[in-house]
Amino acid sequence: MSRQITNILLVGVGGQGILLASEILSEAAMLAGFDVKKSEIHGMSQRGGSVVSHVRYGTEINSPIVPEGEGDILFGFELMETARSLSLLKPGGSVVANDLQISPPSVLMGQELYPEGLAARIKAQFSDFLLVDGQKLATTAGNAKAANTVLLGAVSKRLNIPEEFWMKALEKMVPARALEINKRAFQMGREFQ
Amino acid sequence: MKTILSGNEAIARGAYEAGCLVACAYPGTPSTEILQNTLQYKEINSSWAPNEKVALEVAIGASFGGGRALCTMKHVGVNVAADPLFTLAYTGVRGGLVLVAADDPEMHSSQNEQDSRNYARFAKVPMLEPSDSQECKEFTRLAFELSEQYDAPVMLRSSTRISHGKSVVELGERVTGLPVPKLEKNPAKLVMLPGNARVRHPLVEQKLVDLSKAAATMPINRLELRDKTIGIITAGICYQYVREVLPNASTLKLGMVHPLPHDLIREFAAKVDTLYVIEELDPFIEDQVKAMGIPAIGKEIISLCGELTPGRLRAAFKLPQPSESSVEKLPGRPPNMCPGCPHRGVFYTLNQLKAYVTGDIGCYTLGFMPPLSAMDTCVCMGASIGMATGVTKVVSDEEKKKVVAVIGDSTFLHTGLNGLMDMVYNNAPATVIILDNSITAMTGRQDNPASGFTLMDDPTHAINIPLLCKALGVKNIRVINPLDLEETRRVIAEEMERPEPSVIITNKPCVLIKRDDVFQKGPVYAVDAYKCTGCRACLKIGCPAIEWLPAGDGSKKGKANIDPLLCTGCDVCRQLCKFDAIGSVK
Repeated sequence: MSRQITNILLVGVGGQGILLASEILSEAAMLAGFDVKKSEIHGMSQRGGSVVSHVRYGTEINSPIVPEGEGDILFGFELMETARSLSLLKPGGSVVANDLQISPPSVLMGQELYPEGLAARIKAQFSDFLLVDGQKLATTAGNAKAANTVLLGAVSKRLNIPEEFWMKALEKMVPARALEINKRAFQMGREFQ
Repeated sequence: MKTILSGNEAIARGAYEAGCLVACAYPGTPSTEILQNTLQYKEINSSWAPNEKVALEVAIGASFGGGRALCTMKHVGVNVAADPLFTLAYTGVRGGLVLVAADDPEMHSSQNEQDSRNYARFAKVPMLEPSDSQECKEFTRLAFELSEQYDAPVMLRSSTRISHGKSVVELGERVTGLPVPKLEKNPAKLVMLPGNARVRHPLVEQKLVDLSKAAATMPINRLELRDKTIGIITAGICYQYVREVLPNASTLKLGMVHPLPHDLIREFAAKVDTLYVIEELDPFIEDQVKAMGIPAIGKEIISLCGELTPGRLRAAFKLPQPSESSVEKLPGRPPNMCPGCPHRGVFYTLNQLKAYVTGDIGCYTLGFMPPLSAMDTCVCMGASIGMATGVTKVVSDEEKKKVVAVIGDSTFLHTGLNGLMDMVYNNAPATVIILDNSITAMTGRQDNPASGFTLMDDPTHAINIPLLCKALGVKNIRVINPLDLEETRRVIAEEMERPEPSVIITNKPCVLIKRDDVFQKGPVYAVDAYKCTGCRACLKIGCPAIEWLPAGDGSKKGKANIDPLLCTGCDVCRQLCKFDAIGSVK
């Protein structure tokens, strides 16, 4: 079987901008000459529920969803959602996660506690684990709202897509007024390793 | 030119390239974005209809007028549109007519996972099933051509993974030179009275025979011979999973799933040692293959329930699974109503009043979730009112008072109206609450006949819902502010007591409406930690902006906190606080 395929899972909470990040990633991969497919679920999950977006690129892609246990990179926008999706990764896969906790309803209502020490437990299973303070770096870049772009920059270092195509994808997908800040945020993510 | 499109975007593009003039739909996940994308092509008149039946009837009219027409809906929408669909099969078309049914295996956002392919067979219409975005576009174009060639409506079946999956698409140009629509009378074909219909029915049967023969040489039905020990008949998204998991197997990839190309199936079956049929949900292809006397394996190894995935297909063929990483038990993250959602206070009140709530389909179905826990039934669009009437026919007079139907504005106009007519006509003593948030919210804020705008964003008449209820004969109509808990409780309690039909209409818009003059965010609220006693009363509305901060000493004590970034200043939590600990931050 030809295995020239890169499998990426983007996970987080509905409303975090995961779909836009996966669009930028797909666009960059297509511009770099790869076949690309992506898949996600709209609807119910947008009301603050868990969101999983699948992006696959390579010479030829069939399934739009990443086969279970074959994920190369888990790109987490929130810590608990990152932990929830670990089983989608292949052994030895990479995890790039935003250092952010968003409490689910049961925690907000005081019925459960947000699990502690998640990052350490992820690290114990996956040695290539990068925890990024997306909000903080984005604030330095000029706007806390560019946190997703910082994370995208960090993920990009692990992908065989040349930098110029990332820049072109950003230019296409990000509104002109926010482009400079997002380009800066992307570079900060790329340099943060 | 190459671009990345979702299946829904590609279907819209295909309709554009096919010279489609009219697109009509009622929104429904996962089909909604098709019409939101035909919108970008000014050559296509795109519109929301109040329900799927009307949407299809509009498309039928456009076709009878001589133009190409697209109609889209989710799988359960076809139930609503089934009445015109079955007779449309008899009349056939003038301009090509394509009906898209988007299935939702796994029920990511649906109340059942019915398999629309059965409708194609039941209604006797051809059906195509694409397996990626490029095919979505090509098959849509082809569907219009086949529709005119065979004088039949053509269904295009999508599914969540096709509609919401994205892949690379090569764009084409819009066809030109199609006949200009003009009126043309042809009652023998278009007036389906018994005498005419008896003439038309044999033609319908003959078309399916002709299509089945022609299907053997259609390029969309593709025989791919590889290792001949395993042969797999498959279609749609399942084809992609088969190629992923069993790349060496021979495949018969069907682009047309009704009628089936019998000759091609026999040819393929004769060439392979063991024949499998891999399909999600019902054994639609499998049953027909077996009825042809061809042995095949299908539902013996593939579930009737849920969607297929590469991992599930691997398991079906007993292939090794990659070792799974251990995942600890984590708190769940179910969807929730937005902060400031005007539905929240109504469900809190219904819970307090111990109402028996017959529910309906929309964001407000989330009123079922704890802590609101105030929905007792949910069946289909518009069902809440009829169910409320039915419940009152069998329970005691005391229990009748507990019965409250809850329905949104868009769902009320979709199919709730008829239920209300019946409630008034037969004098059922139930209460109906119409949660009018001025938008079709759940599917992503689409306009509807009461919102004042069309899909193309033109201002239009907004139905006055209280007046409409009055015209239906409802004597007790109350309009309330659902963010005022005292008023909400008083009015609902009064109307529940009343031994005749009554309608309560809430009047606050969805917090996500994009027109800036509709929803106004108020000053945000904060908790005064000195006054907060940790009584948890404000937590009972389940607002995502309110968080419980444990004291941290291992006790159950703690205090509430409001996230200023999420709070919209709706004021509902303040009304629940007996200690005056919540106030606005000016």
